Amino acid sequence: MVEPAVDLAHGHAHDDHADHGPQGWLKYLWSTDHKVIAMQYMFTGMFMALVGGFMAYVFRMQLAFPGIDVPGFGAVSPGEYNALVTNHGTIMIFWVAMPVLLAAFGNYLIPLMVGADDMVFPKINRLSFQVFFVSTIVILASLFVEGGGFAGAWTAYPPLSAVAEYNLTRLGSTLWVIGVGLEFVAFLLGGINFITTLMNSRAPGMRAFDVPLVVWMIVVASILFMLSVGPLLAGAIMLIFDQTIGTGFFNPAAGGDPILWQHLFWFFGHPEVYVVLLPAMGVVIEIIATFSRKKVFGYRIVIFTVVATGVLSFFVWAHHQFIAGIDPRMANIFTITTLLISVPIAELCFVYIATLYGGSIRLTTPMLWALAFVAEFLIGGVTGIFLGAAGADIYFHDTYFVLAHFHYTFFPIAIIGTFAAFTYWFPKMFGKMMDERLGKWHFWLTIIPFNVIFIPLFVLGMGGQHRRIYNYNLHEDLNSEMFQDMRILATGALLVMLAAQFIFFYNCWKSGRSGPKAPKNPWKANTLEWTTESPPPHGNWHPLRMPVVYRGPYEYSVPDREDDYWPQNEPDGGPLKVIDGDS
Amino acid sequence: MKPIATTRAATGTETGKLAVWWVLASEVVIFGGLLASYVMFRLGHPEWADAAAVTNTHIGAFNTWVLLTSSLTAVLAHQAAERGDGKKAAKYLYFTIGGAAVFIGVKTYEWWYEISHGYTITSNGFWAFYYTAAGLHAFHVIAGAIIMAFVARDAARGLELHRVELIGIYWHFVDIVWIFLFPLLYIAK
Amino acid sequence: MNGFFEFFRVDYFDPLIKVASSYAADIDGLIWLVLVVVGFWFLVAEGVFLWFIMKFRARDGRRADYIDGTNKRHKRWITVPHLLVLGFDVLIIVVSFNVWYRIKMDLPENPDGGVIRVIGQQWAWTFQHPGADGELDTPDDIFTVDELHVENNRTYHFELQATDVLHSFSVPVWRIKQDAIPGRTITGWFQPTRTGEFDVQCAEICGFGHGVMIARVMVEDEETHAAWVEANTPATAAAMVGAVTPAPVAASLAAEAGPAPNGHGGH
Repeated sequence: MVEPAVDLAHGHAHDDHADHGPQGWLKYLWSTDHKVIAMQYMFTGMFMALVGGFMAYVFRMQLAFPGIDVPGFGAVSPGEYNALVTNHGTIMIFWVAMPVLLAAFGNYLIPLMVGADDMVFPKINRLSFQVFFVSTIVILASLFVEGGGFAGAWTAYPPLSAVAEYNLTRLGSTLWVIGVGLEFVAFLLGGINFITTLMNSRAPGMRAFDVPLVVWMIVVASILFMLSVGPLLAGAIMLIFDQTIGTGFFNPAAGGDPILWQHLFWFFGHPEVYVVLLPAMGVVIEIIATFSRKKVFGYRIVIFTVVATGVLSFFVWAHHQFIAGIDPRMANIFTITTLLISVPIAELCFVYIATLYGGSIRLTTPMLWALAFVAEFLIGGVTGIFLGAAGADIYFHDTYFVLAHFHYTFFPIAIIGTFAAFTYWFPKMFGKMMDERLGKWHFWLTIIPFNVIFIPLFVLGMGGQHRRIYNYNLHEDLNSEMFQDMRILATGALLVMLAAQFIFFYNCWKSGRSGPKAPKNPWKANTLEWTTESPPPHGNWHPLRMPVVYRGPYEYSVPDREDDYWPQNEPDGGPLKVIDGDS
Repeated sequence: MKPIATTRAATGTETGKLAVWWVLASEVVIFGGLLASYVMFRLGHPEWADAAAVTNTHIGAFNTWVLLTSSLTAVLAHQAAERGDGKKAAKYLYFTIGGAAVFIGVKTYEWWYEISHGYTITSNGFWAFYYTAAGLHAFHVIAGAIIMAFVARDAARGLELHRVELIGIYWHFVDIVWIFLFPLLYIAK
Repeated sequence: MNGFFEFFRVDYFDPLIKVASSYAADIDGLIWLVLVVVGFWFLVAEGVFLWFIMKFRARDGRRADYIDGTNKRHKRWITVPHLLVLGFDVLIIVVSFNVWYRIKMDLPENPDGGVIRVIGQQWAWTFQHPGADGELDTPDDIFTVDELHVENNRTYHFELQATDVLHSFSVPVWRIKQDAIPGRTITGWFQPTRTGEFDVQCAEICGFGHGVMIARVMVEDEETHAAWVEANTPATAAAMVGAVTPAPVAASLAAEAGPAPNGHGGH
């Protein structure tokens, strides 16, 4: 399904300004253009989303109808079930949310939105994707080696993950760690580019507070990632040594401490939530501002809130370990920090809602996705409070309530946020307008089933159903007709949602082929990417006509102006007559 | 052809230098995570002191001296590069690489000695951390030396002289990591 | 103060998941409190959100307002909810602390039911009951696999252990959950308040058979429990202990997998 869209990406690689590297498909493969690299990340991520979605299909079928031959897979053994849920989680977070939201849109948007012609280190950028690509092959290969893929949950708690005699997937678990480690390296390389590009390569006149929020948020996310992933990389090295040469860092039988891994993992794992959340929130606020023709309510409040969230996110990690055997007094401290982090996040939601006030709202497809993000993410946010309170977490920990909670955060992030961004920037990326009617069908057929899947799972979690168990009917208390009906309902909704994605791919294919040609600025938005051609040429602007910035990105509906938007690069006197050589 | 983006410096600091600092920030947390884990373990296992007693403090001290000296030559290389004297900068960089080679040579001897006496990475927790932390550091030394060789080659021809400072910053960092490792692994007994 | 926390004990969730231990109502009360607080916020936020979307739809001739959210009057719409959220957070934290303290930090002294040892291994639970004399590690201890027998309305301590990987001892109707860590003993307590048979689940993935690591807890009244103890007390204690002690399969696997620390370091 992805093939036709890849061709679209080729479209602008064959451009007049293209550099004089290798020709043909090699040129595509070795391109250092940030837009091409963004597409490579995006399509790899979307392919992996299909893989992760397929896994969800298989294990949901097993849960709804235990023991059946799942069409396209066959009967699911307990070990395969564990491997499926493990790799579904790993892939959806590290190979879908991260590459699409952070890497693809980061790569695509940062240079365009700060008015630069490329990233500051194009070759490092290319290296970043290449490392990521290798990591993708490693993680996919790990599913097919002898013994099967790693099956110890995406958190990979040792000693299960460290000792092959316990996990029975000697090769699979080592490849899993190597794949994840390589993926981290790829994003470290990419992150350096994001941060330095924003810091140093802004267009003349663009001050820190003239930078669009999505760029701010992607860069803050990159910084969070850089400062949190280190301990886990060290932990990954230790885990690989435990697995392969028999050290005992995490194995109590050899004098190690399994809880250490949990600390290393969650010290990264919690900031990681914000690493993927922030780009999605950035995308959403861009879209809300554009389609409500409103200035963002409290631009600086948003930035300070985001930074505060980032800082706080380093001090909440142990709320994943309340009942893992840590000192109970620690749970109290982490309850406080966890509930405190609800304050800035709630504030962001208030800002988003307040931005709508007094607006002139047009419900285009991207706007629908953006609004759905806010509505659905609120559910994810408020259910987190149940889990952050250590007392309630005693019951909820590792139940389906947790599962439903984080799907209500990660689904809006990775899926709704991505579709919002994709539909909003599609005209820019591919030079064609998307079909609105198909877009809206796709929207409703994704959003409604999504809620039908996960609301029953909250109830099942409250009913005491724990995660990662391949057949709940073996548990007498969980083997009730009502519970089984809910499982079947969730699975049925999942099938509808997965089927609805074909509308999306069809829409991409059809619009990319025969959609109306997109003008430079179809949404009448202010940010710099809309001042160049759709799709932008290599180098983004003519080298002699690089944009100069005069104001912030959200000057919509300024009184006493004829237009209700005011592009960042337009001098106060009105549109500048561009003369060659004037920059 | 370099992108226009690469030539800009909105912060007033050269982009390469910014990037090196961010690389170091991420390296700090990698080593920080490893060493913090080690320290937590060490506090809970006083018996590791017996294992630490086996390490040869004299050799460790010599290696510390070697690394510090190589950092000095890296500074001298930077000075020469500032003056535009690429040849001299390259010469000092080769000295630094020599220091790295001595460091790795000494380390190899040390490990050979310890392993041949039965103290391997799987012996106990202390040795696991000893080989992992020192190994990760040695990997950084080797990688730094290789990059430095490329920088020196260019510098000798008078090209990309600003990179001499960048690799110098990285080299000081490698040095500082060792300054933490040396007392933690060798001196604390 | 006790009256304050007593207010937060509820059994509203009983139809979905039985309230079967002394502190289940505390946890349910906390959940209920959070549900009311965040439910209120959620409805307000979603309500305002949808209302804005309806009210401010694009219409011909109407232009959006220019509000940048920097003046005090506008900012109030953010700062006031901000402070309210903070206030509600404090309330939740206080109640949560009480629940957490009662369950995980305040171990009742001299439990009248005695101490039960719970041992997790791949993929079964072994329960070591104190037997007739009420003391653990005596010849009349009763070992069972995947079956825990306790007497209703008695307070028990448990000593949680694991032999191989992490497990998690979870009895949903008691609202109890605690990870088991190999090499450590974690102590906790529970007091069943309802007779019947309930599920024990393993709540931490522990390998291939995690899904079948199922046990049952039998909460019995005084006579039934006494009869069970009577019937199961080993006649020849030594033989029984040898026979039913958990099979050391996993332990031997562990020995193969990772070499135990040896004494090379000793100089």
